[in-house]
Amino acid sequence: FDYDLVIIGAGVGGHGAALHAVEEGLKTAIIEGDVVGGTCVNRGCVPSKALLAVSGRMRELHDEHHMKSLGLQVSSTGYDRQAVADHANNLASKIRSNLTNSMKAMGVDILTGFGKIVGKQKVRYGKVGFPEKEITAKNIIIATGSVPFVPKGIEIDGKTVFTSDHALKLESVPDWIAIVGSGYIGLEFSDVYTALGSEVTFVEALDQLMPGFDPEIAKLAQRVLINTRKIDYHTGVFASKKITPAKDGKPVLIELIDAKTKEHKETLEVDAALIATGRAPFTSGLGLENINVVTQRGFIPVDERMQVTDADGNVVPNLFCIGDANGKLMLAHAASAQGISVVEQISGRDHILNHLSIPAACFTHPEISMVGLTEPQAREKADNEGFEVSVVKTSFKANTKALAENEGDGIAKMIYRPDTGEILGVHILGLHAADLIHEASNAIALGTRLQELKLAVHAHPTLSEVLDELFKAAKVNSGVSHSVNEPVAA
Amino acid sequence: IGGKPKAGRAGSDQPKPPASSSSANPPRLRYSQGGSSSGSNNNSKGAKANYLKASLLSFPPPAPPVPAMAGLLHLHSTLLPSASLLRQRGGAQAVPRRRRACRVEAKIREIFMPALSSTMTEGKIVAWNAAEGDRLAKGDPVVVVESDKADMDVETFHDGFLAAVLVPAGESAPVGSAIALLAESEEEIPLARSQAASFSSAAASPPAPQETVAQEASPAPPPPPPPAPVAVSVPAPPSPATQGGARVVASPYAKKLAKELSVDLFAVTGSGPGGRVVAKDVEAAAAAPKKAAPVAAARPDVPLGSTVPFTTMQGAVSKNMVESLAVPAFRVGYTITTDALDALYKKIKAKGVTMTALLAKATAMALVQHPVVNSSCRDGQSFTYNSSINIAVAVAIDGGLITPVLQDADKLDIYSLSRKWKELVDKARAKQLQPQEYNSGTFTLSNLGMFGVDRFDAILPPGTGAIMAVGSSQPTVVGTKDGRIGIKSQMQVNVTADHRVIYGSDLAAFLQTLSKIIEDPKDLTF
Repeated sequence: FDYDLVIIGAGVGGHGAALHAVEEGLKTAIIEGDVVGGTCVNRGCVPSKALLAVSGRMRELHDEHHMKSLGLQVSSTGYDRQAVADHANNLASKIRSNLTNSMKAMGVDILTGFGKIVGKQKVRYGKVGFPEKEITAKNIIIATGSVPFVPKGIEIDGKTVFTSDHALKLESVPDWIAIVGSGYIGLEFSDVYTALGSEVTFVEALDQLMPGFDPEIAKLAQRVLINTRKIDYHTGVFASKKITPAKDGKPVLIELIDAKTKEHKETLEVDAALIATGRAPFTSGLGLENINVVTQRGFIPVDERMQVTDADGNVVPNLFCIGDANGKLMLAHAASAQGISVVEQISGRDHILNHLSIPAACFTHPEISMVGLTEPQAREKADNEGFEVSVVKTSFKANTKALAENEGDGIAKMIYRPDTGEILGVHILGLHAADLIHEASNAIALGTRLQELKLAVHAHPTLSEVLDELFKAAKVNSGVSHSVNEPVAA
Repeated sequence: IGGKPKAGRAGSDQPKPPASSSSANPPRLRYSQGGSSSGSNNNSKGAKANYLKASLLSFPPPAPPVPAMAGLLHLHSTLLPSASLLRQRGGAQAVPRRRRACRVEAKIREIFMPALSSTMTEGKIVAWNAAEGDRLAKGDPVVVVESDKADMDVETFHDGFLAAVLVPAGESAPVGSAIALLAESEEEIPLARSQAASFSSAAASPPAPQETVAQEASPAPPPPPPPAPVAVSVPAPPSPATQGGARVVASPYAKKLAKELSVDLFAVTGSGPGGRVVAKDVEAAAAAPKKAAPVAAARPDVPLGSTVPFTTMQGAVSKNMVESLAVPAFRVGYTITTDALDALYKKIKAKGVTMTALLAKATAMALVQHPVVNSSCRDGQSFTYNSSINIAVAVAIDGGLITPVLQDADKLDIYSLSRKWKELVDKARAKQLQPQEYNSGTFTLSNLGMFGVDRFDAILPPGTGAIMAVGSSQPTVVGTKDGRIGIKSQMQVNVTADHRVIYGSDLAAFLQTLSKIIEDPKDLTF
């Protein structure tokens, strides 16, 4: 074999797998047809966090009430759109070169071109218009990621009707933008746009905004992130019938139809529309038919070990798929965790990744984070498997540090099993939620039980005490002492 | 209303909400479960806690307070019509169905925003646990409210049907204001809904200034609110955004503002791209007609030639005054030289100290030495010696009268007292005083000096022992001790006291002490 491991796609998933493989002594090559870093670095996490950092500060500085209550005066705030866009772009470039250099330094061969599987353990790659090269690999990982999904009927012009790819370049800040889709991507963008002065209208197909979140968190998130801002919304409607980009001075027209009856409801006239209706796997042209693998809605079917399964349900040996392409958990860190899991297996140690221990975060202001099951999911599981479920909640208003920052808006919630002390899910909305969740995700990953966590010490005053409150408020039947503190300070 | 219910006597003198011809008997809010007749249980014990309970029991007032135009100097009954009641002129008629002894029934009760903590002034409704039309049993959690501390479930204290939700989830309401109406039976639900309509018309506009206007509204039932007066451009050509009136294109923020400011979007001309209505168009539309309304009207015009029934608060005042006739009161006057006090005031005025605070402090210090003047006669047979010296100061606000209380005035230093006073006045203006902030006074101060009044008699509020009426300080020509003529600033104070517990000599001695303190005020500023 030319290589022990060939990875198709040098995004976050591929990169994580590559580095771990080299550590394990595997001869590794990675094939990339576009830019190293993939979506996350160039069109996703990295630039969006740069924009959110700007929007967070803008929002704070603009919030006169907030500033006054801290005793601060801010005379005038403004922003230079190009400079903000540059910050995001520069950051993306920097991270991209860091990634490239780290792989080069570790001795990973970076091959340029689009990869294709042509047979068992055989890969061909090449740039468009150039001759292809063929290599053999003992193991192959597909890590080709995803692209923004644009429903039929929506015309993208990249200027007035666009996806997150374009939005992150921040070529303009529209007065009024419609965001189609109220998941975390749409939500983050609403945070950015409203902080920079736009007004936002959400168009959501389901009846609830933020459908993926725990319902209680979604309710509070709506109060904090939507109701107080210049945002309104339409739920239970599709925008996909027709969206016409702005032409000849006319605004972008979005026809809304009722999701159930398909009747025309309204036509929005806005300055721009961001399509944030999810991401579709980028798996065409991979040559999967050569090995009898059939995608499901574009996703490559895998088992719990990330091994690809073919059309007959059999595992295809030595072929894995990680990250957005398999659709299990479309998050950057999930992709790299899956990649590491695969390399573990290739190196002879069986490994099954526990996806319930992988946290997720939404970087609005305040942030939202979660790990594990939502309350309805937990209760359903409990009903099916016959165990009890308990929930404890605490408010950030009870946390000294949050109050010192005047950021008492927030809630943390934990769903757990009172009989064993196992944590089933933790959901946080509040300042630095994305950082705080890791205590919980670590506990779930390591199987740490609440009885032990109750005795762990948290520095005071820190936001982590929010989790401390949850742990201490949990009532576990088996074992040690019970703490009967009420989670919400009166 | 209330005060001394005569236990055991059914019918006649039982406290009734002020009967006014056309305005409805305000629904009685009962925050806690009542006994048979309002307050009869409580009076017998005489303890202060029970007074609070009595007040909560008796009346329409929202238990924790707010639109507390307190029954004035009536300290132990909180006759505080809620803001909503003030607006609710001419709402539903309450027809008692079955007359239970001693109570006037109102079929529609209000559920009001509770104070979930002592610092809470308004609460946001997180969610309604019941929908309009649902049947509720006592103790059912009806609504989840967010306070400054946490989210709490609020229970209903009565069985009934949730007839109308006045404040939807996601919005806020001041503590004490009505957030929903509870009908006792299903038949009353439509009645409640019509009441709700009159709430919402006033609810849209900012409460404080509108209150005064609403208060003096005509007795006739308010007509269904017309779409808020807008029309910035009178002959409004259909703005391009409306496409011939079929719909209006308005930005999200414009829509929000229109809702808050009660502006009809269809009547606003849009200045945004494509004729879109944007926020500033809505603001302009809202500002124009509103400016016409005299917001600063502290004393709204009196409708001459008409008979205007008392509001609940005015009724309470009247009732209290009538009741005070039963108390054997006498008066003692004194002239006090205020030069030293005036000089002191000039010196420390910059630190936020007010004359009211100085007078309250001086009075409190004098009361320390004459505790009997701080006592009262609650039951006609004994002295109730109060353990704290709480000076209630009568303040005229918004056409009404209220007595915020400076608690433990002898123990606080003058600067804290002034700060506290400022807080109380602000709260009073915003109608957010809590019961113990207006009904815990043990001695009352009433000052009409700002009008130039030199001397007057105040009426003793039932339940207290004495009230001091303070006149203005005037430069007066006096004969001095050494036989010369000089000019001194002098004010006349006049104390009305209950002769069952305070005798002439007590009062005279108190006034002598007070005048010594005021004339040599160095101790006021420790």
